[in-house]
Amino acid sequence: MTTLATEILAASAPASARVACSHCGQDVPRGLVEADSQLQFCCAGCRAVYDAIHACGLEVYYRLRDAAVTPPRPSESSFESFDSPAFHKLFVQRQSETVASVDLVLEGVTCAACVWLIERLPHALRGVIEARLSLRQAIVRVTWNTRELSPSRIGRTLNSLGYTPHPAKGLPRKQISRIEVRKKLIDLAVAGAIAGNAMLVACALYAGRGGRMEDSYREFFRWISAVLGLLSLAWPGAGFFRGALAAIRLRTVNFDVPIVLGLVAGGVAGIVNVVLNRGEVYFDSLSVLVFLLLVGRFLQYRQQRRADDAVELLFSLAPSTCRIVRPDDRVEEMPIEAVVPGDLIEVLSGQTIAADGVVESGQSHVLQALLTGEAAPVPVGVGAKVYGGAANQGASLRIRVSQVGADSRVGRLMRVVERGVAEKPAIVQFTDRVASRFVLVVSLAAVGTFAYWSRFDVAAAVDHAVALLIVCCPCVLGLATPVTLAVAIGRLARRDILVKSGAAIEKLARHGQILLDKTGTLTFGQLRLVCWHGDEEFKPIVAAMEKQSQHPVARAFCQALAAFELSAAQAALLHDVKEQPNGGIRAMLGNRPVRVGSPAFVNRAGISVPPSLARLQHELEQVGTTVVLVAVDGNAVALAGFGDQIRDDSPAAIHALRELDWNAEILSGDAQSVVRKVACAVGIDPCRATGEMTPEAKLALVREYQGRCLTVMVGDGVNDAAALAAADVGIAVHGGAEASLAAADVYIASPGLTPLVHLVTAARKTMRTIRVNLAISLAYNLVAGALAATGKMSPLICAILMPVSSATVLSLAMASIRRIDRKTPPNREAKP
Amino acid sequence: MSVLYIVLPLAIVMAGVALTAFILSVRKGQFDDLDTPPLRMLFDDEPNDRRKE
Repeated sequence: MTTLATEILAASAPASARVACSHCGQDVPRGLVEADSQLQFCCAGCRAVYDAIHACGLEVYYRLRDAAVTPPRPSESSFESFDSPAFHKLFVQRQSETVASVDLVLEGVTCAACVWLIERLPHALRGVIEARLSLRQAIVRVTWNTRELSPSRIGRTLNSLGYTPHPAKGLPRKQISRIEVRKKLIDLAVAGAIAGNAMLVACALYAGRGGRMEDSYREFFRWISAVLGLLSLAWPGAGFFRGALAAIRLRTVNFDVPIVLGLVAGGVAGIVNVVLNRGEVYFDSLSVLVFLLLVGRFLQYRQQRRADDAVELLFSLAPSTCRIVRPDDRVEEMPIEAVVPGDLIEVLSGQTIAADGVVESGQSHVLQALLTGEAAPVPVGVGAKVYGGAANQGASLRIRVSQVGADSRVGRLMRVVERGVAEKPAIVQFTDRVASRFVLVVSLAAVGTFAYWSRFDVAAAVDHAVALLIVCCPCVLGLATPVTLAVAIGRLARRDILVKSGAAIEKLARHGQILLDKTGTLTFGQLRLVCWHGDEEFKPIVAAMEKQSQHPVARAFCQALAAFELSAAQAALLHDVKEQPNGGIRAMLGNRPVRVGSPAFVNRAGISVPPSLARLQHELEQVGTTVVLVAVDGNAVALAGFGDQIRDDSPAAIHALRELDWNAEILSGDAQSVVRKVACAVGIDPCRATGEMTPEAKLALVREYQGRCLTVMVGDGVNDAAALAAADVGIAVHGGAEASLAAADVYIASPGLTPLVHLVTAARKTMRTIRVNLAISLAYNLVAGALAATGKMSPLICAILMPVSSATVLSLAMASIRRIDRKTPPNREAKP
Repeated sequence: MSVLYIVLPLAIVMAGVALTAFILSVRKGQFDDLDTPPLRMLFDDEPNDRRKE
C-alpha cells in the first residue's frame, strides 16, 4: 500500500524545492529535511503523531484525509488529573458497575478523517467500548470499561493521536439546551404535519364550493379542519400564547401579541362557524401561519445556539488543571475544582495562576492584563500576593493558596458582573415597537369594520372583521425578520464574529457611544519592541544574549529579533553570558564586555550614556515605555523601548466607526499617561481617554452613558466583564478572559478591531433589509386589509395571498442578504 | 363517496404515525448531530477496516 506520504514525496521529488511533512502535509523547513528518508516531518509533534497512528495500525487515516492539516501540538501533560476523584465527580458519568463515559472536547478536529481516526479508538486502546465524535462541536463521548482502563490512558492516547483532550465543561447547560432544541424541533414537526393535512382538507373544501359538494361531506370536512386547527393552536401554537401573556403581564407589547390576536379571532370565529354550519372556517390559514412562524423562530434560534456553542467550546479549552505540591514534594495534576485554601500549587512558566495566594518560593513576572488592564508584567518574589487569572511569564512559582472560587478576586469580580446583568436596562426592540403600533392600528380597523357592517348584517360584520384580523397577521415580523437575522448571524459566524443574540444586531445598527478597553483590545496586550535607536549590528548580539533569559523583556526581544542570527564567527566569540538578578544580562564578546539591561543596571556599572540617548530615554519613560540600554566597552551604544504595541488596524477601525456615527472613548485600568498616548495614536481625543479605572468605575461610566445614549462596550479582560454585561451591547474580543466571553453578547474570534467595523456595517445592512421587508408587508397588509374591511376579500383569496406574501418577503430577505455578502468579501476563508 | 368517512381519518392516522415516529427519533437524539453521521456511513465501506479482517 502506498501511503499518502510516499505519493507526496514522489510528486515533489523533481522540484526538490518543497518537501511535505508525512503527517500534516505542510512544508518541511529546509534544515529538517532528512536525505534518504521516505518519511519527512516538519516538527517533533508530527513525528510523534505519525508514529502513534502507525503503532495503532490506523494508517488508513492518511488515505481518507484529503488536505493538509495544521501540525498537531500534543500536550506535554500526563493527564493524571483525569484519574483524580474530583475529575470523576465532575465529568464522568457512570453507566453501570464497570462501564463509564466521559465527554471530551478535542483540539485539532477538522475533517471527516478525524471522525474515522477518533472513532477507531476502541481498536487502538483495549478497554474502550465506544467513541462517538460530534464533528461540529468537536466533542467525543468515550465509553470504557473501568476495570480495564483508567481515564488518563484515554487522555494520553487521544493526545498521542494529535487531539489534545479537555473535559467538556458546562454539560448540565448543554443538556438543557439540547432538550430545548428537541422540543422546538418537535413543535415544528407537529405544526408542519398539521398544516399540510389542514391544507389538503381545505383544498377539498375550496374545490367543492358552490354546491358541488354534498352538505354532509362538507360538514365532515369542516369538523376535521377544526380539529386539526385547534390541535395546532393548542400544541405548537401554545408558545405564542405564553409569550403574549408574559408581555401583557408586564404591560408591554411584543410581537407575539398581534399574532395571538389573529389566532384567537380566527379560532373563535372558526369554531362558531363550524358549529353553526355557516360562513368560513379559518383553520387552514391558522395552521399554516403557526408553522411558518415557527420555521422563522427555529432558524434564528439555531444560529444563535451555534454562536453560543462556539463560545462555550473556548471555555472548555481554557486550562482546567493545576499542579498541587503534596507535603512529600510530589507534584500532582488535579482539576482546578479540587484546589482548597492552604494547598501549595506550582505554576510553571507560561501557565495561568489557578487561585489567589502568596508566593512561597520562586521569582518571576506575572501579567495581570486580563485582571487589571495593566499591560506591563509585574515582578513578584517570595511573599508577594498573586491573583488567579494572571499569567506567569517568568520562572516557575510555588504559591500557597489563600482563596478559591467565589472568595477569590475573579470570584468577587464575577459578582459585580452579575449585578451588571441584573441592572441592565431593557431596550424595547425595534420589532416590538412596530408590533405595538401594528396591534393598535389593526384592532381599531377591525372595530371600525365591525361597527360599519353591523348596521346591515351582524354575521357579515363578524366575518369581515375576522378576515381583516387574519389577513393582517404580521407574517413578515414573525417570519422574515427572524430569518433575516438568522442568515446575518450565520454569515457573521463565518467571519469569526459570534453573535449570541439577534437584539445585538438591531442595537448595533443604530449609533451612540462605543467604549473601548485599551490593553488587549486596541493594543496587543503584551510587551513588544516598539523602538530601537542605535546600530543594527548590535541586534544579533543582543538577541543571542537575551535567549538565555526568561524575563518578559528578554522574551519580547527574542520575538522581535528572531530574524537576526549571530554569525558563526561572532557566536564563537560570545561567552560568559550571565543574567544578573537586578535587571540585565552581561557577556563577553571576545574581550569586550557587553551589557544589556535597564538604565539602572547599566548606570551601576559606571557606563557613560551619550546625551542624545539619555534625552530619548527620559522621553520614552515619560509615556510608560520600558527602556533597555545596550553598552559595549563601557559606552551605551543602543537603546530599545518596550511597550504594549498598538494593533495596526486600530486607527483605521476607530476612523471607520466614527464615519458610522459611533463615538469612541477609551477606558483602561492602565496608567493615565499611557492611555493618553494610545488615544493620540489611534485618533481619539485624549480628553476622552480615562486611565486607572477599576472594574466598578467602568461599570459606573457605562451606566452614566446609558442614561444618554446607546452604549457599546468592547473589552477582553475580567475587569471589563461587568461593563460588558451592563452595556447595551457587550463585545468581547479575541484572546479575552472566560468571564468577558460569558458576559458579552458578541464575541469576535479573530484579532484586531476590523471585525468590529464589519459587524456594525453588517448590522446596518441587515436592519435595512428588515425595514424594506416591513414596508412591503405593510403595503400588502394595507391593500389586503382594505379589501377585507370592505368585504371584497373572499377567504379563498385570503388563503392564497397569505403564503404567497410570506414567500415574496422571505425570498426578498434572502436575496438582499446575499447582496450584502457580495459587497463585503469575507476577510478569511470559511471554516469547515 | 361514503368511503371518505373511513379514508380521511385513516390518512390523518397515518400522518400521526409518521409524526410519532419522527418525535420518537428526535427524543432519542437522532437529530442532535446532523454533521457526523453522514460521514460515519462512508467509512464503514472502507475495505481496510480492521473489523472485517
